[in-house]
Parts: sequence; C-alpha cells; structure tokens
Amino acid sequence: MAKKKKVKAVLMQGNEAISYGALAAGVNFFGGYPITPSTEVAEIMARELPKRGGKFIQMEDEIASIASVVGASLAGAKAMTATSGPGFSLMQEGIGFAKMIEAPCVVVNVMRGGPSTGLPTDPSQSDIMQARWGSHGDAPAIALYPDSVLESYELTIRAVNLAEKYRTCVTLFSDACLGHMREPVVLPDLSQVKIIHRIQPTLPPEWYKHYPENPKYISPLASFGEGYRFHVTGLAHDAHGFPTTRPDEVARMMDNLRNKIVHHTDDLVQVEAIAMEDARIAIFAAGITARAAKKVVVALRAKGKKVGLLRPLTIWPFPDELVKQYLSDVKGIIVPELNQGQLSLELKRVLGHRKTRKIVEVQKNTGELITPQEIINAMKEVH
Amino acid sequence: MKKIPQKQIHKYLRHNKSFPHVWCPGCSNGIVLGGVIRAIDEMGYEKDSVAMISGIGCSSRMPVYVDFNTAHTLHGRAIPHATGVKMFKPELNVCVITGDGDATAIGGNHLIHAARRNIDITVILINNNIYGMTGGQYSPTTPAGAKATTMPYGNIDNTFDICDLAIGAGATFVARTTAYHAMEIQNYVRMGFEHKGFSLIEVIAACPVIFGRLNKRGDASSMMRTMKEESKPLAVFEALPDEEKEKFYPRGVLVNIDKPEYTEKYANLVASLQKKEEAE
Ligand SMILES: Cc1ncc(C[n+]2csc(CCOP(=O)(O)OP(=O)(O)O)c2C)c(N)n1
Ligand code: SF4
Repeated sequence: MAKKKKVKAVLMQGNEAISYGALAAGVNFFGGYPITPSTEVAEIMARELPKRGGKFIQMEDEIASIASVVGASLAGAKAMTATSGPGFSLMQEGIGFAKMIEAPCVVVNVMRGGPSTGLPTDPSQSDIMQARWGSHGDAPAIALYPDSVLESYELTIRAVNLAEKYRTCVTLFSDACLGHMREPVVLPDLSQVKIIHRIQPTLPPEWYKHYPENPKYISPLASFGEGYRFHVTGLAHDAHGFPTTRPDEVARMMDNLRNKIVHHTDDLVQVEAIAMEDARIAIFAAGITARAAKKVVVALRAKGKKVGLLRPLTIWPFPDELVKQYLSDVKGIIVPELNQGQLSLELKRVLGHRKTRKIVEVQKNTGELITPQEIINAMKEVH
Repeated sequence: MKKIPQKQIHKYLRHNKSFPHVWCPGCSNGIVLGGVIRAIDEMGYEKDSVAMISGIGCSSRMPVYVDFNTAHTLHGRAIPHATGVKMFKPELNVCVITGDGDATAIGGNHLIHAARRNIDITVILINNNIYGMTGGQYSPTTPAGAKATTMPYGNIDNTFDICDLAIGAGATFVARTTAYHAMEIQNYVRMGFEHKGFSLIEVIAACPVIFGRLNKRGDASSMMRTMKEESKPLAVFEALPDEEKEKFYPRGVLVNIDKPEYTEKYANLVASLQKKEEAE
C-alpha cells in the first residue's frame, strides 16, 4: 500500500474558505463593495488577486459591483462579488441582467438579519426566496448553501464551475455565523478537483451565434476581444443577441433560460441524507441550521430513535424529486430555519398536504441560532 | 454597370442586424454614431479591439448597429459595466454611449467615480435635455422653464453642467460640441480615445420629436441652427463680456491633462507584487 501523504489541517474562517475556493476555481476578477458579514472575502481578494495577475476593484456601490462583474465576465473573466442582504437587494437588477445575457458569474451572499439594515453581524437565512425571485421577470436560479468551512471552499468551486457551465449568475449562500466561524480544514488536493471553464467557440466568427440552438442548452461562449464581436442586450433577443419582439424568438429565448436549468437538475441538485433509510422523523435543514440538526440526529439515534436529516446543498433549483423520494413517507418533518418559513414553503409546495404526515416549522429571525434542543422539542408535535 | 455605393461607414455597421434603426427622423443620435465611426476609422482601430457599452435610452440603442464588441446594459450602468471590461482587458478600446438621463441622473454616481478613478474609458454623452425613450420626462439637464411631461408647467428644477460635473469629479479629458458640428464630434471622440484616462465628450443633441415638440423648438434643422447659434468655440466664448456669456455655451476641449490611469496603476501593482514574489 502506498504511504499516505501527511496532510495538514489549517484553521480557516468560512469567508476565507470562500475566497480561497474562488481562487482555486480560477476566479480572476472581483468587483465589490464592503458589507458585514461578507467583507473578508473582498479583503482577501484585494490582497490575493493582484499577486496572481487577477483583477480586484472596489466599486462605488453594489449596483456598480455586479455591473463590473458582468462587464469583466463579458471580457472573459471568471468574475465574482460578495455581499449581504442590503447589497444583494441592490444587485438584483444586475443579477437579472447577467442571467438574461447569460454572463457567467458568482454572487456570494453571506446572509445577515433583515429586513433593511437588520442585524448586520448576526446570521439569518432570510434571503432564500430572494435568490429565486429577487429579480423581476421569470428566470430560474442556481443557488448553493454549504454548512461548514470546508464545504464553503468546495461549494465555491462548484458555484464557479456551474456559472461557467450554465452561462448564468450563481448565488452562493453563507451566513454571518458560517462566514465568521473558524474550523480546521484539510483542503482537497487541487489536482483532484474538477475546474470547469466556459466552452470556447470553435466555429469561425461569421458562423458564431451567442445564443445558438442547442438541444442540451449548453453552448460555447465567446468573450470580447477574441474576434467574435457579438452583441448582448437586456432586451428580449434572438440567437444573435439582437433585440426582438417576435413571439417565436422570445419563446425560444425564455425556453432556453429555463430549460438549461430544469433539464439539468440531476447535475445541479445535491443533497446530503443522514440516517434517512428508516427515519420516521426527518429534519429538513440547510446551512448553519443543519449543524444543529446533525447533533440532534446523532443524539437521538444513540437513543434508538428513528430520526434522519435531509440537507439540501443546492437550494435552487429546489430538490423536488429528492425531497419527494426521501420525505414522502415519513411521519413528521421538522423544518428549522432562520426566517419566517422560506424553505418550508417550498417543502409544502413539493409534498402537498397529507394527513398522516406532519410538517413542524421551527423559525427564528432574532439573530440567534436554532439549538438542537429546540429541534428536539419540536418533535413532540409529531405523534 | 452601375457602381454599387460603398461608404466607409458600411464597414462598421452590422449587416445582419435588420435596419432601419429605431431613431426618429431628425434625431441627432445618428450624427453622433457617424462621428464615432469616422473617429475609429481614422485611428485605424481593429474592430475586435473596440468595445462599445451603453445604458438604456434612445441614445443607448447605438451599440447594436455597429460591428464591435457591444453591450446594451442597464439604465445608468453602462460605465460600471465598461469598468469591468476595461479592468479585465485593458488592451480593449472601451467606449460608453449614454444619454443625459442615463449618465447624470440614475448613473450619476458611476460617472463621478469613473472620472475620479481616471480609468481609460471614453464616454460619449448625447445630451438632448430630455428623457427621449420614455416620452419626454425632464432630465438633470432640462433647461429652466422648459417643458417636459413631468414638468408640465415648465422646469423649476436646477440643472447640471455635465462638463463641469465631469471636470469637478476628476475627468482628465472633457470636451463639448454639438450635433451640428459633425467634424468636431469626430475629432473629440478621436482625442478621447487617444487620451489615456477617463474622457467625456458631451454632444449637445436634438430630440426634435419629443423635446422639440414639447418646447416648440421647430423641426430638426431649426434645432440644429439653434445649436450653431448658441454655442461658441471656447476661445471666442472666453473673450465675451460676462453679460454676453449668459446667452452662449462654449464648445471645445475644456480639459486635457495627463494623470496616471487606473488600469496602468493596477498593472504596475501586479508587476511589483510578482517581482517581489519571484525575489522571495
Ligand atoms: C431602472 C430603470 N428605470 C427606469 C427606466 C426607464 N427608462 C428608460 S430610458 C429612460 C431615460 C432615458 O433618457 P436619457 O438617458 O436621457 O436617454 P435618451 O432616451 O434621451 O437618449 C428611462 C427613465 C429603465 N429602463 N430602467
Ligand atoms: S425620441 Fe427623441 S431622442 Fe429618441 S429617437 Fe426620437 S428624436 Fe431621438
């Protein structure tokens, strides 16, 4: 047997892991505006990017930040920004534009309490729905949410990969607790990590279409300055990117935006299922809240109770099929979350009502975390 | 055989984009487009090396017609999009096409910060004193007393002098001309591109269909005549007695100074950090 190389664990903060994950994924442009609790990401990128020949710029606000990110993406960058609630709100029009023109980019939202300025230093999960519906108009979303420092690193790489592959703006969630918490992590060997770059066009420029017909909805993407001279617009557009109001062309564009996500849910959706095989009661939790849930599962399993956890790593597209598969037949589902019922709303949409299954919501939006005991207490409501 | 007409401008227009364009008859936007194309042709820039970014408005519809790297972005946000393009690919010649509303109302913050930063972007600002696209609401440059659909009793709001604003914010090349002075458009746009740093060219323009009608300014040609009469070359303007100055506005290069440019400063930073890394 080959001798295992000794790997050293490093103590790392969640926001640091996001930054290093982004660098590992090849992010070479960051445009941002400081906001607690995401600021460390901008600070690390400001320090690290120029050392690697990458570009960092602090813009005058979040609207400008997302605009600079989209501009850089058009010029070929793997581009990213990081923010929190108020900044995420300001970015919504720009995020919609990125989706509309299919410019790959990543927006990190380290969630804090809201509404408005809310609780700048306290965790929250109240932007779940905003990532899905925050921009006007119909366009599906991709959003990921890790629950540890190591996973922050891994899912940042995945977020960049998915943005490149699906030519869209991906939201990476974290929260004030996860972003600021430190854990020892052993970073994966980068030679083993898959890094995806947008597909380069191989056709001559005269043949190039920025939005071609493609049964798989994943197409090559040219960048400014490479001889392709394409056009992008936030207006409804045809295959060349030129404005159109022709219903057939608009339908094609809208279908393309939708289908590239809904036809690839198998690739996009990730969940973690812990002790779900024979679970009678399931906890459905994401991000920081899932950590309390994991404690509950361990503690109650030790007492012989049939409790399991289903944790979505992909928030959007929502894991409809896996939720049905794992949660259709349990007796009760506990949904702890740091908001007034955003994940549970989706869960109810997918599962519908069933007399023999109870959904118990545990909600907090005071800036505090949900404790394992609070989850255990909620189980009393399942009979 | 009859000779097929071939104008220089055709080389730069997108043949696969179905014309006619969206602009009204008599609109100044086309004149500005002609000036920009002739400036680029004069400099001999490769089409691949030019990025043209716009916001939203009648003026901002320009990029779709030209065969460059083009983006029609969001209302007010052309400059920060252009900033991302320029930061990532400084070798591109990046210009912004924008209107008075786009650049100085909703996008005012971006305009002043790009000027302060002195990033090498050439902003061509078509000032028609009105929101054309949305049908004639007043803009930050609608003159005092002029009518707009949201100033039906005449404008009581104060106005920006766009060039003063840009100069105050730190722009290193600022020029003003009008749609009547087509050669000046070409020259100033060329100088703007050649200038290393943030440049702004304000083109006073006619929106005969909305601003003109609302304010009884006559047709396009009479509005052009007004531009000719009301604007004076800078030197002539400055020689005017103060009370005369009120009646005119200056055309010309108002500011042209050398100052380190942002993407160059950033490139220097990258080079020095990488040298340090190598030394370590
Ligand atoms: C966020 C946002 N707000 C408002 C609008 C509506 N809108 C479109 S163009 C425009 C004004 C354009 O005026 P200007 O920039 O002066 O350009 P012009 O049409 O006169 O060339 C407005 C208000 C918009 N598209 N987006
Ligand atoms: S509304 Fe005014 S600015 Fe717009 S195209 Fe017509 S004339 Fe030009």
